[in-house]
Amino acid sequence: MKALFYPGCSMQKNARPYLDSLQAIREDINLELQEIQDWNCCGATEYMSVHRVAAHALVGRNLALAREQAGDTDLLTAGCSACYLNLAKTDNQMREDAGLKDTVNQALAAGGLEYQPGAMKVRHLLDLVCHDIGYEAVKARVVKPLHGLKVAAYYGCQVVRPDYDGRWDNHEHPTSMDKLLAALGAEPVDWALKTQCCGGHMTVIGPDVAFGLIRRLIHGAQEAGADLVVTLCPMCQLNLDAYQVEMNKHFHTDYRVPVLYFTQLMGLAFGKKAKELGIGKEFVDAAPALSRIQAEAPKVAEAKRKRRPKPGDALPMPGME
Amino acid sequence: MNAATRVPSASGRPGFLGEVMDRTPGDNRLDLCIQCGSCGGSCPAGREMEHTPRRLFALIRADEREQVLRSNAPWYCVSCYYCTVRCPQEVHITELMYTLKAMAIEAGLFHDTSLPDFSETFVDYVEKYGRSFELGIATRFNLRHHPLSLTGMAPLGLGMLKRGRMDLTPHKIDNMAQLTAILDKAKALERGLQ
Ligand code: SF4
Ligand code: SF4
Ligand code: SF4
Ligand code: SF4
Repeated sequence: MKALFYPGCSMQKNARPYLDSLQAIREDINLELQEIQDWNCCGATEYMSVHRVAAHALVGRNLALAREQAGDTDLLTAGCSACYLNLAKTDNQMREDAGLKDTVNQALAAGGLEYQPGAMKVRHLLDLVCHDIGYEAVKARVVKPLHGLKVAAYYGCQVVRPDYDGRWDNHEHPTSMDKLLAALGAEPVDWALKTQCCGGHMTVIGPDVAFGLIRRLIHGAQEAGADLVVTLCPMCQLNLDAYQVEMNKHFHTDYRVPVLYFTQLMGLAFGKKAKELGIGKEFVDAAPALSRIQAEAPKVAEAKRKRRPKPGDALPMPGME
Repeated sequence: MNAATRVPSASGRPGFLGEVMDRTPGDNRLDLCIQCGSCGGSCPAGREMEHTPRRLFALIRADEREQVLRSNAPWYCVSCYYCTVRCPQEVHITELMYTLKAMAIEAGLFHDTSLPDFSETFVDYVEKYGRSFELGIATRFNLRHHPLSLTGMAPLGLGMLKRGRMDLTPHKIDNMAQLTAILDKAKALERGLQ
């Protein structure tokens, strides 16, 4: 499957492990990624807060370049939540609003470009992997199943909401990443906070508020019995990992819940080396958690997975009366 | 105004309500708000906001321009879209928050200048380089903090550098002239339509 690829500023540097692990697994899942030549920053949430309409022209340039360079595909994918949402939003709102479509195209024309909304199908990378490539194709490549590893799938906000194209099973309690991780042999834990905000913008206002949100998420994952949190967004990763350290200082706590990208776990299950996947660049060391991966599928975990119990439920204990 | 360049679509609503609607791209449906309060109840930042989205929208209808644009609420919005997916009237609440921020900056009405400052700094980098000069996104976040916490955050910046996760120089895109032409034109259109 071929898709145009919008890496975004953060994947280039701060989230390099995300990009490296994606590159490492690309061939296994038969995904050909063609980077948009000369893409520009999508403006995150900041550009739109200053120039309400020009923000769509900023993103429009990326959409236009993608269409121009796409050739025989109409898929466009991004790994960052904010990048993905900005691309999807501009495309959607140009479809919804003829006035906006016209304004953006008049602006693009000043640079010799044009974009017809709907010409590219914008997908977050996780969506592409789960729903276009599919769990079976992923499962078929697993050589080192992640048996024994309990994972909390964390989706954050901006991928499953607002969900313009109806790509997700649920806006508050989605299960796509959980299924993906199960396909890798890991055991997804049930937890209620999978789409709660990690603080994103809150860090602007005052770290205290952001730290509170980060603690809630990290504590929630730990309570649910997760060995690590799995994310799909550079900013979520940064907030939960690097800021976990700062949060600990703030509250005098000692949480150590590592936060990895879903692509890194895919890589491990596909038998790639940790280093190749950028594992080791996180602030909270993931090594102790990863050492839990067992060669054999633990029977208890199998039973538990089928029953999908709430955290704290007792496990069925056959032959123990 | 040339109908072909209308931004985004004429709501036909009078006063401040019409202004906010017309400046919000997309089918924003603000005039369909039924004041049910689902948005405020869903908002993780609700407690910090001077007005919940529901109250803000009531004030917009009441033409309370200044009170709305002075509110801290849009600046505390984290764009989590909880309100948007829960709104029974499918009002584009999060998008309206962006409009209110841009209008507040324009009118010089906001209660804490560090917030618009940050947005504008980010915009400057994008307009100069076509990429955000991130110094890693860490800098972006550190910038967002008040200077006091900035010193406290120094180990984080160092940690990013050590892990090769932070740049020291900005990258520039090749066709900066094209991007500038597009943004200039877009801003001119936007200005002409206010
Ligand atoms: S949203 Fe962030 S990561 Fe994406 S392009 Fe913009 S600055 Fe870069
Ligand atoms: S969880 Fe945080 S970083 Fe991730 S999309 Fe939401 S606000 Fe942004
Ligand atoms: S949820 Fe929608 S209809 Fe209800 S108060 Fe908020 S904006 Fe209005
Ligand atoms: S998008 Fe903004 S206003 Fe809506 S619930 Fe989230 S923080 Fe609150």
